Amino acid sequence: MISNEISYNSKIEGELVVTKADAVINWIRRHSVWPMPMGLACCAIELMASAASRYDISRFGMEVMRFSPRQSDCMIVAGTVTYKMAEVVRRIYDQMGDPKWVVAMGACASSGGMYRSYAVMQGVDNIVPVDVYVSGCPPRPEALLDAMMKLQDKIGQEPSAKNLLNTPTRKIG
Amino acid sequence: MIDEDFIKELLSKHAFLNLNHQTDYLTLDCPAEDIVEFAKCLRDEETFDLLVDLTAIDHGTDADERFSVVLHLYSRIHRNYLRIHSSCGSESESPQFPSLSEIFPAANWHERETYDMFGIIFTDHPNMKRILMWDEYPYFPLRKEFPLAGIETDLPADDVVEVTQAEVEPAPMMGGPFVAAEQGFMSESEPRAKDESWTEKKEKPV
Amino acid sequence: MSSVTTKEISIGDVGARAALAEEGSERMALNVGPSHPTTHGVLRLMMELNGDLIEKCEPVLGYLHRGDEKIAENMTYNQFVPYTDRLDYLAPLANNVAYALTVENLAGVRVPERCEAIRVIICEMARISSHLLGMGVFGMDAGAWTPFMYTFTEREKLYTLFEELTGARFTTSYTRIGGVARDVPEGWLDRVLKFCEELPKATDEVEKLLTRNRIFIDRTEGIGEISASDAIAYGLTGPNLRACGVDLDLRKDKPYSGYDKYDFDVPIGTRGDCYDRYLVRIEEVRQSLRIIKQAIADFPGGAWYAEDAKKIFAPPKEKILSSMEELIQNFMIVTEGPQIPAGETYFEAENPKGALGFYLVSKGGGVPYRLKIRAPSFCNLSILEKLAPGHMLADITVILGSLDFVMGECDR
Repeated sequence: MISNEISYNSKIEGELVVTKADAVINWIRRHSVWPMPMGLACCAIELMASAASRYDISRFGMEVMRFSPRQSDCMIVAGTVTYKMAEVVRRIYDQMGDPKWVVAMGACASSGGMYRSYAVMQGVDNIVPVDVYVSGCPPRPEALLDAMMKLQDKIGQEPSAKNLLNTPTRKIG
Repeated sequence: MIDEDFIKELLSKHAFLNLNHQTDYLTLDCPAEDIVEFAKCLRDEETFDLLVDLTAIDHGTDADERFSVVLHLYSRIHRNYLRIHSSCGSESESPQFPSLSEIFPAANWHERETYDMFGIIFTDHPNMKRILMWDEYPYFPLRKEFPLAGIETDLPADDVVEVTQAEVEPAPMMGGPFVAAEQGFMSESEPRAKDESWTEKKEKPV
Repeated sequence: MSSVTTKEISIGDVGARAALAEEGSERMALNVGPSHPTTHGVLRLMMELNGDLIEKCEPVLGYLHRGDEKIAENMTYNQFVPYTDRLDYLAPLANNVAYALTVENLAGVRVPERCEAIRVIICEMARISSHLLGMGVFGMDAGAWTPFMYTFTEREKLYTLFEELTGARFTTSYTRIGGVARDVPEGWLDRVLKFCEELPKATDEVEKLLTRNRIFIDRTEGIGEISASDAIAYGLTGPNLRACGVDLDLRKDKPYSGYDKYDFDVPIGTRGDCYDRYLVRIEEVRQSLRIIKQAIADFPGGAWYAEDAKKIFAPPKEKILSSMEELIQNFMIVTEGPQIPAGETYFEAENPKGALGFYLVSKGGGVPYRLKIRAPSFCNLSILEKLAPGHMLADITVILGSLDFVMGECDR
């Protein structure tokens, strides 16, 4: 039985699993997303709370919060992005290795939030491509975990084997 | 309240002072030329050694003396605050004011912030640069004629702009902050659009 | 613009500074960039190092400048309360109270005793929350992961209490001009008391892990010493100032909101180094527990908002929906804002980070003319340029952690 999920029935198949390359690669990638917390403002506190013991983000394999962009998969932009900070966010995004995803956590990162002023960039998607938006000011840790689960579903849909075999011309910006 | 004798003594010692009022704390008016000397005297003799705050007020483009600098000092002996208003003169575009950073090192960053927000240049300041906005930002945000949404400028980093085509755009105000006028009948002073930089009828500035 | 030259500080410029270094010497320019692992927010340090020794350290702020003061000129007084939450986002309730007290000072409104007691309790809970996080993260900066986990567990209990009282875990927006948003729910005070009974155990555990830990003491004792005269000259306030030996606590010197009724001590340090700052904060948590217990023991009855502040505080919902006069009053307060008389005022409250002050200039009406936020973290951070040179690079995390600043407040 070839399906998109890894299916395994030991009575029929014994110790051998037959599946699509995509399914394996995506399964590995989505169960160990290493976030890079771009914690800018108040949402960073809820990000830390979701990494603490009550809302354990480690259940999903994401407790490895690497502050180095080269060692992380997903950048969680938590907090208000000002124009002064925007170039820094972009540079760090560029330093992350493929495949990479971005989660815009909170109202400020998604759309500028309640700060409609001269110094705040109205949404981080003006500067980096965003995969998941989380609403809330700040979003509860459960909301962030829900967003990470949606990100996991999104990762599961990617045509990873094709991307690996043909070097993709990645659209910049 | 600081007691009356102290106030009288202070006013008689420094002839250039004027009593502004005394509601919550003693408030004095001091001309800009004498402020450095007066601050030094306050710190050394009158025990007001903690500079709590230094900021400015923009009285609007119609006022004669547009900017005035406001200092707050605290004394642990008197257990009270002292406020000093000092006008920057009639210059409206690039006002100047003597710097207090020699006397109160705390004033260093406060003066940089006041310069950043209002454009008041503090003479003899060791490091007169912007502190909150980026260095090349051309405007002074807290001036009354500057709109809340901001004015379009370029993002400071050229290579990022090349890749992403991002720029500093005015925030979408949908007609501007809706604020009620200060007086008048209810029908006139209802919240009206203040900043009409972008409405459904008037296009977004490109 | 006349004789002012602005020097470009971009990330690329750091390389140009290194041109100062001579051949063969160990001097280098290091940029501890805005995004870095010490979790205090976006602060950039442009440093010049000689080997491992810091020679010059220039902090660059403004990466979280959101324009709060300009926004305040366009919002009514009650609409601005959510923005005050996000100033010091580790203790939002304390900021709310400080702002409400400022405006009430100008309006001449005196809130009843029950409201004052509620405000004292939430301020002290916010202080506990902020110090717990500060010390947990301080331990993490010095290399200890476990205190962070313990303090966060305790903070989750606090969050549950806040959520029950205000509706939000931490950005609470609880106070209004003239009172608070809603009364204390049934049984909430008992739950707070129960929390107060459980907290000393957790604080003791954190202390057991850190206070007499040889590694921690080696990393923090003698590091980042600030003399008392320096601290006053640079405008430091709060635990940072008290750790240097200066006895200045606004709750005792200029009591507000009924603080003079409660009996508590103010811990004062001796040397002003990182270790002292840590000890002062841990002790302040214990004193806050004392205050909360006393406040709950004498909790007064009565109204929880200023009932005579007609044009300032909205009347209760049942009256609004049934009586014409209250309906109009509510409408005016919501659309035009609470009508505050013309004048100016300055008020400082003893926040966990220091003295948070609001300077308010009003020309009448419901919208402020100028609101300046005197942020304690802004003033606390200004001493870094003087403090850091002479220390090793690895000490910078400990110094930053012990100063316990928050960029949301620093940049506003």
